Amino acid sequence: MKVGVVVFPGSNCDRDMFHVLSDVFHFDASYLWHEKPLPADIDAIVLPGGFSYGDRLRAGVIAAHSPIINEIKKRAEKSTPILGVCNGFQILVEAGLLPGVLLKNNSMNFMCKWASIQVCNNETAFTNKLEINQNIPIPIANSEGRYYIDTPGLEDITKNNQIVFRYMDVNNGSASEIAGVCNKDGNIVGMMPHPERAAEAEINPTDSAPSSLIFESLLNTAGISK
Amino acid sequence: MSLEHQEIQNLTSKIGRTPTHTEIQIVSAEWSEHCSYKSSKKHLKILPMDGPRVINEKGYDSGVLDVGDGYIITAHIESHNHPSAVEPYGGAATGVGGVIRDILSAGTRPIAILNGLRFGDIKKDANARWLFKNAVTGIADYGNCLGIPTIGGEVEFDSSYSKYALVDVAAIGFGKKENMINNHADIGDVVVLLGGHTGRDGIGGSQFASDSLESENRSAVQIPDPFIEKMIIEAVLEARNQGLIHAMKDLGGGGLSCAISETADALSVGIHVDVDMVHTRENLTHDEIMTSESQERMLIITDKSKLEKLETICSKFRITSSVIGHITKGDVIHITHGDMTCANLPASVVANAELLDRKSQKPQYLEKIQKNPKLNHITNHTETFFELLTAPNIASKAWVYRQYDHEVGIRTVIKPGMDASVLRLDNGKFLSIKIDGNPKHCYINPREGAIGCFEEACRNVACTGGTPIGMLDHMQFGSPKDPEIFWTFLESLKGISEYARYFKIPCVGGKVSLYNETPDGPIKPTPIIGVIGLSGKRPPTNTISSGDYIIIVGKTQEEMGGSEYMEYIHGVIGGICPAVNFAESKKNMAAVIEAVNYNVTSFAHDCSKGGIAVAISEMSISSGIGCDVIIDDIPKCDMTAENIIYSESHSRYILAVNPEKLNALQDILKRYNVTYGMIGRFTGDMIVFSKNKDTIIKTKLDVLKKAWEESLEEMIRNG
Repeated sequence: MKVGVVVFPGSNCDRDMFHVLSDVFHFDASYLWHEKPLPADIDAIVLPGGFSYGDRLRAGVIAAHSPIINEIKKRAEKSTPILGVCNGFQILVEAGLLPGVLLKNNSMNFMCKWASIQVCNNETAFTNKLEINQNIPIPIANSEGRYYIDTPGLEDITKNNQIVFRYMDVNNGSASEIAGVCNKDGNIVGMMPHPERAAEAEINPTDSAPSSLIFESLLNTAGISK
Repeated sequence: MSLEHQEIQNLTSKIGRTPTHTEIQIVSAEWSEHCSYKSSKKHLKILPMDGPRVINEKGYDSGVLDVGDGYIITAHIESHNHPSAVEPYGGAATGVGGVIRDILSAGTRPIAILNGLRFGDIKKDANARWLFKNAVTGIADYGNCLGIPTIGGEVEFDSSYSKYALVDVAAIGFGKKENMINNHADIGDVVVLLGGHTGRDGIGGSQFASDSLESENRSAVQIPDPFIEKMIIEAVLEARNQGLIHAMKDLGGGGLSCAISETADALSVGIHVDVDMVHTRENLTHDEIMTSESQERMLIITDKSKLEKLETICSKFRITSSVIGHITKGDVIHITHGDMTCANLPASVVANAELLDRKSQKPQYLEKIQKNPKLNHITNHTETFFELLTAPNIASKAWVYRQYDHEVGIRTVIKPGMDASVLRLDNGKFLSIKIDGNPKHCYINPREGAIGCFEEACRNVACTGGTPIGMLDHMQFGSPKDPEIFWTFLESLKGISEYARYFKIPCVGGKVSLYNETPDGPIKPTPIIGVIGLSGKRPPTNTISSGDYIIIVGKTQEEMGGSEYMEYIHGVIGGICPAVNFAESKKNMAAVIEAVNYNVTSFAHDCSKGGIAVAISEMSISSGIGCDVIIDDIPKCDMTAENIIYSESHSRYILAVNPEKLNALQDILKRYNVTYGMIGRFTGDMIVFSKNKDTIIKTKLDVLKKAWEESLEEMIRNG
C-alpha cells in the first residue's frame, strides 16, 4: 500500500510518521511536498504533526490553502483513507474536511504528556482493528488542542458516530472530551494525540500494542493482514 | 560598552594606522568578553579536550563525538543571561535558536535540547516569577516549533539571581560521520548569507553581555522567529546532502563581524564583503549591518557553480539568500559599502583579542562562613519534610517540562522528570544526557561544589546505564575584574578539570559567561556541567514492585553546607560543602552502571538535593508505592537523624531491587567493594522513616504526591 506523508513548511513529525509507516509497518511510504502534484498511485494520505507556517494566524489555517489540499479534497471524495495527526488534524478541520475547530488549550499552555484515550468508533479506516471502549496510551503535544464545535454540530457528529476518540485524563477543555473525529464516511480521521509516538515498544513506557492497531487498521483497510 | 583605551592603542599599533569607525565596531564586538574569552582563555587550557571518541574539526562551534558505526553526535552549550533578564521570552527563545545553529553548522541534525534555568526567590519575588514563566514559554514556543524535543534540564531558584536570570541551553546533534561539513574555502568561492533579514535588533548584543546589567537595553535583545529557523535547518540539511556547502558558520554573538572574521581566521583565507548586498529588514548603516545580532542567519561558503542549486533550495523553503562577498587571497577581511572601504583588517587581529591576566584572590566571605552554624531544633520532622519536599527547588518541575514537546523525533526513551533523559540512536545505541549545577554548594566551596555538579550529572547518567563519554561546561560568574570572583572561577575550573582528567571524560564544548551581576551584586558562582553518556542497551523502565528492597550505595557524611535543608528550612548559609572522593565516585558509579545494564535493579536514582529523604520519596511518588526506611542501617558518620536524611553527600545512589534479584545486586556491589546498606522496603501507601524504632517521618503518599506535584504551579499561578 502506497502511503503519502504530506510535508508543509514547518511540518515536524513527517520524518517520525515516515519511519513508523515504512520501518515498523512496512508500508510503501513517500513524502509529498505541498506544492508538488499528488501522485495518482497514492492509496492513503497522512498529514503529520508540526507547526505548518509556524502556526501563524491560527494553527493549520495557512496550510489548508496549500495547492495539495485541493487534490486531497478530490481524493477524499473517492474514499481514499486520510489521517491527520495534531497539526494534520488542525489542517483538515481548517480545510473543511472534518467538522469542528481546534482552539487554544484551557491552560493557555503547550501540553506534552502521556494520556489515555478511548475508542468510540471502530468502523473507520484507521480504527477497524480496535475494540469499542479500548484504551490507548498515547502522548499529546499541542497548544491548540481544545476541540470545539457548537451544540447542533456536536449533536450531529454524535448522531452520525463521528466521534472516534475521547480523552480519559486530559483536561484541555475539549467539547465532550473529544480527541479525534472522522467524516461521515469514516475514511478521513483527525486526532490530536500522536499514534506514531506510541507504536514502538522501545519508546512507549506502557503498551505500544493499542497504538499499533491504528496503523494495522489501515493495513486491514487495504486488505493486507499483519 | 566598547573597546577600552588600551585596546584601541593595541589595535592601532597592530594595523599601523588609526582604525575606522566600522573597524572599531567590528573589533569591539569580537574583542568583547563574550566572543573573545579574553579573561578565561589562558586558563581553559587545563581542561582535557581530547579522547578516543573526540573528533576535532576546524571552525566548529560544537564538539563532536564518535558514537560508532559511522555515526557522530555534536554537542554544545550556550547561555542567554543578559537578554533573558531584560526580555525573558525573546531572550530565552533566541538562546535556543543560537545553540541549535551551532549544532547545524557541523552538518548534523539537532535532535535534543536541554536547559538550565535560574531565577530569584519565586516565593517572594514577583519579578522572578515573571522571568521564570516567560523564559519557559519562550523556550517552549521556539523548541516546539522547530520539532526538536526539549528532553531535560534543571530549574533552580536562589536569591542571588534576583532581578536576573540564567538561561542555559544545551543541544545535541546527530548524523553520519561522512556528512560532517569539512570546512574549507577556495579563492573565488562565494560567501552567502541566508535566513532572516538583518535588522536593528540585537545591535551590540555581545558587548551588552560583556558588562554588568545596569540598564535594560532592550534593543540589544534579539527577536525570535522559530519558523525561519526550522526552514533554515531543512534547507541547510538538504544543501548538505547535495554537497553544496564548503564551509558554514552561524551568526551569533557579534553578528556578521564575528562570523566573517572567525571564518577567515579558521580557514586562513581573506573575505571580501559588500554590506550593500546584505538583505535587510530596514534601512541600516554599514556599522549596524556588521554588528546586528538578528537571529536565524547562516553564512555559507560555496563554489560559484553550486550557487544556483543552493538558491533553488532556499526558494523551496522560502528563505532569502544573498551573495554578500567572496573568498580572497591573504587573510584580510575587507568590508565595503558599495565602492567605499569601511574596514580592512587582518582576520587574525580581529579574531584573536589580547588575552588578559586577571588577578585572583581568595574571597573574604569564605573566611566568614561558619563551619558549624547552630540550627534551630526541629520538633516536628514530618512537617519539615513536607516543607522541604514542596520547596521550589525540590518540588516537581512537570509544570515546566510539560510545556516542552519532549517526544518529537521519537527518540526519547527515558522522558524528563527523574535522572538523565535517554535518546535512542540510529545505530542501536542509547545516549543519556543530563545537566547539573549547584550554586549553593559552589558559593561555599567553588572547587568542591563544581566537582559535585560534575559528579551529579555523571550519577544521573549512570542511573540510566550510560557510561560518560564527554562533557560540556558552562562557567557563569560575576565580573572577572574582581579578583575574588576571578578566584572562584579558577577554583571551579580546576575542580572540573581534575575530575575530568581522573575519569578521562573530555570536555567537548563549553562557554564562559562573565559579568553576571546586577547593581545588587554578583550571582553565586554557577558552573553548569552537562554529561553525555553512551550505552549499548536500552535502559530498563523504572518500575518498583511492592516488597522491593531499598539499597543505598555510598556513605552519608556530615556535609550539610549549601544543602536545601540548611538554606531553605533554616535560612542559613554555612556548613561544610559536600566533597567528592574520586576513588569512591569511580567504583560506586561503575557498580551502578553494571547493575542497571544487567537489569538487576528495578529503579536506580541519584541522591542529591534534599538528600536521602527526597530521593526515596521521589521514587515512591513515581511508582505509587510507599516506603519504610530504617535510618539506622544507612552507612554514615555519627550524625543526627535530620542530618542523615537531608545531607547532600555525593557518590550516593538509591536502588530498588526485587528480592529475587537481591543476590545478583549484592554480588556486583561486593565485587566493586562499594559501601552500601539495605535500609528498608518499598511497600504500602505511607512514607515512613524511623530511627531506633521511633517513627520520625510518617505521611500519606497520595497527600505528599499531590503537594509535590502542584507546589510549583501554585506558587506562580497568581503572577
